[in-house]
Amino acid sequence: MAFWIASSPHNHNHTKTPNLMRLVIYATLPGVLAQWYFFGWGNLIHIGLAMATALVCEFTVLSLRKKPISHELFDGSALLTALLIGICLPALAPWWISVIGTMFAIVIVKQLYGGLGHNPFNPAMAGYVMLLVSFPLQMTLWQPPLTLVAVDLNFSNTLTTILTGFTVEGYSVEQIRTSIDGITMATPLDTLKTNTGLGLTVFESIENPVFGNNFALGWEWINAGFLLGGIFLIFKKAIAWQTPVSFLLSLFICSFISYSLSPDSSASTMFHWFSGATMLGAFFILTDPVTGATSNKGRIIVGLLAGLLVYLIRTAGGYPDGVAFAILLCNMSAPLIDQYTRPRTYGHLKGDK
Amino acid sequence: MVESIIERITRGHFWDFHGGIHPPEQKFLTASKPIKQLTLPKQLIIPLQQHIGREGDLLVSIGDHVLKGQALTLGTNPMMVPIHAPTSGTISAIKLSVIAHPSGLSQLCIFLDVDGEDTWRKRDICPDLGLLSNSEIIEKISDAGIAGMGGAGFPTHIKVSSKPDINFLIINGAECEPYITADDLLMMEHSDAVVDGIKILDKLLKPAFILVAIEDNKPKAIKAIQQATANIEKIKVCVVPTKYPAGGEKQLIQILTGQEVASGRLPIHSGIVMQNVATCFAINEAVRHDTPLIRRVVTVTGQALDKPQNVWALLGTPINFLLEQCHVHAIENQKQPVIMGGPMMGFSVSSELVPIVKTSNCILVPSKVEMPSAFEKESKEVECIRCGQCSDVCPSQLLPQELQWSAKAKDYSQLEKLNLRDCIDCGACAYVCPSQIPLVHYYRIAKAEIREQQQLDLKAEKAKVRFEARKLRLEKEKIARQEKHKKAAAARKAAMNKATPEATGAKSAVAAALARVKAKKASQGLAQNRDNTPTSPADLSTDIADDQKSQVSAAIARAKAKKKLKAEAANKAPSSSESVSETLKSKPEKEQEAATQQPSVGDKKAKIAAAIAKAKAKKLAKSTEITESDKATVNCISEKAVVEKAVNTDDKKARVAAAIAKAKAKNKALAKANAKAVDEQSIETNESSADGNSNSTKTDGNSSQPSQVAQENTVANKTDNISSNPSLAGSKSNAAMDKKSKIAAAIAKAKAKKKLKEASSIEKTDQDSV
Repeated sequence: MAFWIASSPHNHNHTKTPNLMRLVIYATLPGVLAQWYFFGWGNLIHIGLAMATALVCEFTVLSLRKKPISHELFDGSALLTALLIGICLPALAPWWISVIGTMFAIVIVKQLYGGLGHNPFNPAMAGYVMLLVSFPLQMTLWQPPLTLVAVDLNFSNTLTTILTGFTVEGYSVEQIRTSIDGITMATPLDTLKTNTGLGLTVFESIENPVFGNNFALGWEWINAGFLLGGIFLIFKKAIAWQTPVSFLLSLFICSFISYSLSPDSSASTMFHWFSGATMLGAFFILTDPVTGATSNKGRIIVGLLAGLLVYLIRTAGGYPDGVAFAILLCNMSAPLIDQYTRPRTYGHLKGDK
Repeated sequence: MVESIIERITRGHFWDFHGGIHPPEQKFLTASKPIKQLTLPKQLIIPLQQHIGREGDLLVSIGDHVLKGQALTLGTNPMMVPIHAPTSGTISAIKLSVIAHPSGLSQLCIFLDVDGEDTWRKRDICPDLGLLSNSEIIEKISDAGIAGMGGAGFPTHIKVSSKPDINFLIINGAECEPYITADDLLMMEHSDAVVDGIKILDKLLKPAFILVAIEDNKPKAIKAIQQATANIEKIKVCVVPTKYPAGGEKQLIQILTGQEVASGRLPIHSGIVMQNVATCFAINEAVRHDTPLIRRVVTVTGQALDKPQNVWALLGTPINFLLEQCHVHAIENQKQPVIMGGPMMGFSVSSELVPIVKTSNCILVPSKVEMPSAFEKESKEVECIRCGQCSDVCPSQLLPQELQWSAKAKDYSQLEKLNLRDCIDCGACAYVCPSQIPLVHYYRIAKAEIREQQQLDLKAEKAKVRFEARKLRLEKEKIARQEKHKKAAAARKAAMNKATPEATGAKSAVAAALARVKAKKASQGLAQNRDNTPTSPADLSTDIADDQKSQVSAAIARAKAKKKLKAEAANKAPSSSESVSETLKSKPEKEQEAATQQPSVGDKKAKIAAAIAKAKAKKLAKSTEITESDKATVNCISEKAVVEKAVNTDDKKARVAAAIAKAKAKNKALAKANAKAVDEQSIETNESSADGNSNSTKTDGNSSQPSQVAQENTVANKTDNISSNPSLAGSKSNAAMDKKSKIAAAIAKAKAKKKLKEASSIEKTDQDSV
């Protein structure tokens, strides 16, 4: 009798990449729920649009590349990319923004480079940056938190705004974004940047209602949600703790130094942590294993670098938030960092690589 | 330093190694059941080689009846480990059979038909260890065929006879692989025997400390060993945390001592020796009870078995016997894997007849529920997402994901840089890989290919050295040959200048040739009034013996006379150069042959001479008669036939000579017709031959000179467009020189013909050939 032949090891811990991806998707739930609570249906609609686009694009490219579709279409990676794009977009951006962004992310950034595991850049961030550079107007249609919006942004209103640019009642996006005082509202980061540019101190700036009682109305809770999801992922060992910790630490140190030097022109450390895409970037994007560094030392270096870049772009750059740019820059440097942070192999002397 | 390590160990503090995993242990399946004694199987299949090294020399043959414990092979080399008959019986076959190998290789095995008597050979029980010297103990270990029983199978007697200062003797009872409890049970049931074995090792190696390492998931074994070693100060029982692969040699050394074994070196270099507990047991058996290694504890386990348990298996027991004994129930499943060894590093065996060997510690028959990945036919491998979980668990701190890229790309230099050779095949990386990449499999292939490449490189290097040596040798030989040739030439020259009969003969030939040259020169000068004195080897003429001069001069006179006649006749006859040259094409070789045959018969010289004379007379007549070109052609053909005939028959030399003479006559006629062209040609030829280029490609590419003398003659003949008669005349006058002159004549003829051809072609290409 002949037996079944297999190569060792014969056992496996039963983890699978799709499971990992699914876990990450679940972990975004607290943040997404906070987003929904403070900013309405906009992002959920975009997430839905992006996911549908992602599946269609993935299917098309996989069939063109003659890849096992059943295997790879539902590995969760495309859905995760779509989810992240949907989360990042301004809630009231037109529908084609998420469609184009996702198409770019899946087809060009991911599949044209060889599909899952071969893309040098994080697809979601590359897609987002492409949109930001190509459609600056639409990409800055940031909607203020619902509590500050005069128009009732229910599901149908949001949907029609995204699809047509006007609510059911006929309000335009600009009208929605205009406060009762007649001032167009932006994100806290944007407001701060504009005000600082106008010569106002941070203390004067945070009088603006978008900052709310703490750091940034709504945004702080969204970030807290992502922080919670991230801690869950670290607990589940789905992501390495080194990257987010070093990233947040780096951002903290940078903002702390400048805040200590000139509190008038610098935002607080906690404002940097809990506004914009800080937590999303730290736990969900920077930790993307494909585009990040693989060694622990490398992960720490990437995190530190990303924190510094985010801070620099936020304070000195042309854009209010710099997480996407910082992450792309880190993606570029990750292979080099990996090259120089190889661990010492057992039985080898240090430096004897 | 050693003391601080011991302090730490006594406190129960250990170092940790990088990575490691915690797969489901599943040791409960067998850990609580005693080791079962099995009935004797019907047949044992005993592979000759069960260790790392070489198989021993066969001591038995088919049909032999052997007793239990009798040696079947003999180790004549340290790397040869003998095997023994595990029970009494008859050897039924010695043939290739599938062995315990990942690739299902076959190897020479002894098939032992068990007689059921289980009769021991005579044994010498050693009552007191003190009576034995170390070398006697080592000899006993060597004779008992003990090889490392932890898995590697390294000959134990080599490991225990190493001399340097040993700091630590580590007894490996970690047994980190899931499922396996063989060492655990052995320590539980035979702790005293194991400790006795350790004492023997202590006697041999004299280590500073003995550390018995046992993972903390074997509380009973720990207790048993602790009790057995309670009154021995030197032995420390180290309870190490359970983590796979803590039982790996390098990992265990790191756990216990904090030291790393440098890459490419052995633990012995750091003063550490490690032995498996089962080996200790076997050493005790061998030294004290004179029992060779014929059985071992094997864990037969897995949820596909009804009664998984540890058994005492005789070496050579086919695994189907073990499975029957443990009530296998799911084996009808076509895809049922049967794993020899643990789930992490074991290999699936291809046949149920694979026998238990010295290194087999476990037979694992998992059910599909407990180990689904072992049943998968197609790899579920998906793309690596560089999650890095593999490098987190790698005990060698490698980067498995990068190794994987390079292994797939066959980038062997990069694999070297990434230290693939430090991979211990533990399988932790593949175990955790979420993309289900069979990483170890890729590394094995890459390692095998690198090894193959290295062997090829080594071969190529050797071949290169061999080639260089050969080149050098050939060069030397060539130089030596040239030297020899030079000497020979010098000797020949010297011999020619001596007055011996042979020398005179040789000289006379040369003289004859020179005479011919002179004659020709003279005649040419007359006929064409051209001042084309050829640069003949005049210097050689000074060597000519004086006594032959008269003969030569006579020949010259005759030749001159003939030449004049012919020249007149030829002027009248318009030669059909084309047809003649065509018919003559095949002649030179044949004539050459005839010429070479001629030397064999020396007694017919007179007849030949007569024939030649006749031929000459005829020639003269013919050359004057034949004026029509067609007639000449016909004549040529008939002559050719004659020549061919002559070639085949040795006794018809005369005719050959006649034919030759005739051919010459014709040639001369033709040559005359093309006198001008030929003349120019001959000058050229002469110059080149005078330079020493005897094989001048311009004129005589297809004529080969059989001897030095012939060559010298050729030099003369080349310039001789008219006649070779003088040479024949010369040969007549000198009997000893006859053969040579004939050869010369043949060569001369061939040349003449060639020239003829060339002359005809010159008409077309004029000076091109020159």
